[in-house]
Amino acid sequence: MRLHRYLRQEALPTPFCPGCGCGTILNIFVHALDELNFDIKRLVCVTGIGCSSWIPSPYLLCDTLHTTHGRALAFATGVKLYRPDLRVVVIAGDGDLLAIGGNHLIHAARRNLSICTILVNNSIYAMTGGQVAPTTPKGVRTTTTPYGNPEAPMDAALLVAAAGAKFVARFTTAHPFPLKRAIKTALNTDGFAFIEVLSQCPVSYGKLSGLRNPADQLRFFKENSVRVRSLDEARKYPDKITVGVLVG
Amino acid sequence: MSRDDFLARYAGRRLFLLGDEACAWGALYAGCDFYAAYPITPASEIAETMAQLLPQTGGVFVQMEDEIASIAACIGAVWAGARAMTATSGPGFSLMQENLGYAIMTETPLVVVNVQRSGPSTGQATKGAQGDILQARWGTHGDHEIVALCPWSVEETFWLTIKAFDIAERLRTPVVLLTDGEVGHFREPLTLPHPKDVSVSERRLTTNREEVFGPQLVPPMARFGDGSFVHITGSTHKSNGLRDVETQAVHQQLVERLVRKIASAREQLRDIRSEIDENASVGVISLGAAARVAFGAVKKLRNRATPVSFLRILTLWPFPERDVRDFCERHRTVVVVEQNLGQLKRVVERFSTNRVLHYGKIGGVLPSTDEVAQFLQEVVNETA
Repeated sequence: MRLHRYLRQEALPTPFCPGCGCGTILNIFVHALDELNFDIKRLVCVTGIGCSSWIPSPYLLCDTLHTTHGRALAFATGVKLYRPDLRVVVIAGDGDLLAIGGNHLIHAARRNLSICTILVNNSIYAMTGGQVAPTTPKGVRTTTTPYGNPEAPMDAALLVAAAGAKFVARFTTAHPFPLKRAIKTALNTDGFAFIEVLSQCPVSYGKLSGLRNPADQLRFFKENSVRVRSLDEARKYPDKITVGVLVG
Repeated sequence: MSRDDFLARYAGRRLFLLGDEACAWGALYAGCDFYAAYPITPASEIAETMAQLLPQTGGVFVQMEDEIASIAACIGAVWAGARAMTATSGPGFSLMQENLGYAIMTETPLVVVNVQRSGPSTGQATKGAQGDILQARWGTHGDHEIVALCPWSVEETFWLTIKAFDIAERLRTPVVLLTDGEVGHFREPLTLPHPKDVSVSERRLTTNREEVFGPQLVPPMARFGDGSFVHITGSTHKSNGLRDVETQAVHQQLVERLVRKIASAREQLRDIRSEIDENASVGVISLGAAARVAFGAVKKLRNRATPVSFLRILTLWPFPERDVRDFCERHRTVVVVEQNLGQLKRVVERFSTNRVLHYGKIGGVLPSTDEVAQFLQEVVNETA
């Protein structure tokens, strides 16, 4: 109940499907704010379009700017440049941040402004009903890849590291405690901070891929994760989910 | 150095400027302290001038990765408290349309300059045109109103830029400065005023998030960091900013208010220059660079003792309906001179029961005054 003060009560309950990872990430993010004793008057959350954009917007009781699809980082750049004293956080999905907004992500990392960016990667376009995303694993069936995804997924953390981000980490919703520590670090990073969080979507991703049970998806994350401590180490496991702080 | 101190040093100075440069100076006088843009001909000189001037006066200049990001950064900065402007040309203006709609829906005051160039597509990238008259009006999707101003000279570009900021603040809405490649690249003298002689409406601020998106016709704005915990969304929202996309009445009230606040300011925003000749049966309507040629042609005919009236539109949107209707009623034939295939003409026709003709030349060159004068003479002869 103590953490309720961080939430916009009049907007609750959240719209997330049962078993969705977005609630877990909201929970972890609020814990991170609380443990940092964060002054939320200084916090601006900027989001785009997609399920994960709803994690802070409108549910966090702070200034929230819910923008157009893919453009959250561009809006956030304006906020941060004009008010460097404010802490700007972007929480966005994989379709939002990597497909339609991919170029803004590269340039936000290159520009290296202090924007804390959390990529919620559920490997699917969930809000629109389960279309293939740039993060969907090869071969997986989605509504627009009914015969299996012919394309290879992208590794966002490696991309952002290459573009010059100051802090890069990757975890899953099955790693709540190290994820919380990474968020706390990211919130205090002077420079572009990027955390990729693999998250389960039992409804839109699960319906054709076969992972309908959120517990199965969390188990999948745990069993396929390898803890690494550097980018070089992450590159050694192309077929695994490499988790840890990759840069910073 | 403060902006006022910086500008005070220029008070009374007569500079020989490009229209684009005058736009940047106008923005600075209007208090613009954030500029984001992407290079594009023929608007790049605005960015180059802002890149020079803003850092000297405590403002922020950023070159973004594209035009979508440019207008997005401006909107973000405005909610952080900035007065912001971006400038582009046709292709970039096309890219900005979605976020222009976002600015309309979220009632974000900002100035978007479109130095029109020859299209469609890449067209003649370095040549001026007036092909975006209707795009400025209807480019973004959904029901909406827009404000667009059209200067015809370097000096007027300066003053209309300032006016654009004033309207943006007064109506809490994006304003389009619709200049063109000719006006942007004219080089003409401009005497800079004292900053104390230039005023732009102050932004009305509140810390009560319940009133940021209504019910007032033009509600007060919130600012990030003030503790109002404002929520801003391009989705249909209630007065407190929270999303409600299910209730029909919420959407209708919101969109009708956004339309009404501009439409009801039509008379207040009205800006035309007209020279009515009581003996004329032919009148000319024009705007921007084309109006320079059209007016030259009208003067030529008058010198030959052929009476022709002239109406120049400065505030294009909302459209000066009453003035155009009166003008059309007074003249048996109205000729619309514009640098396109008849965009303004179509609009004028809606307000005329008399004949409306079009004279336009595309391809990156303005017609000569002689060409237009000859056309007008023929129209006068057959109308008489």
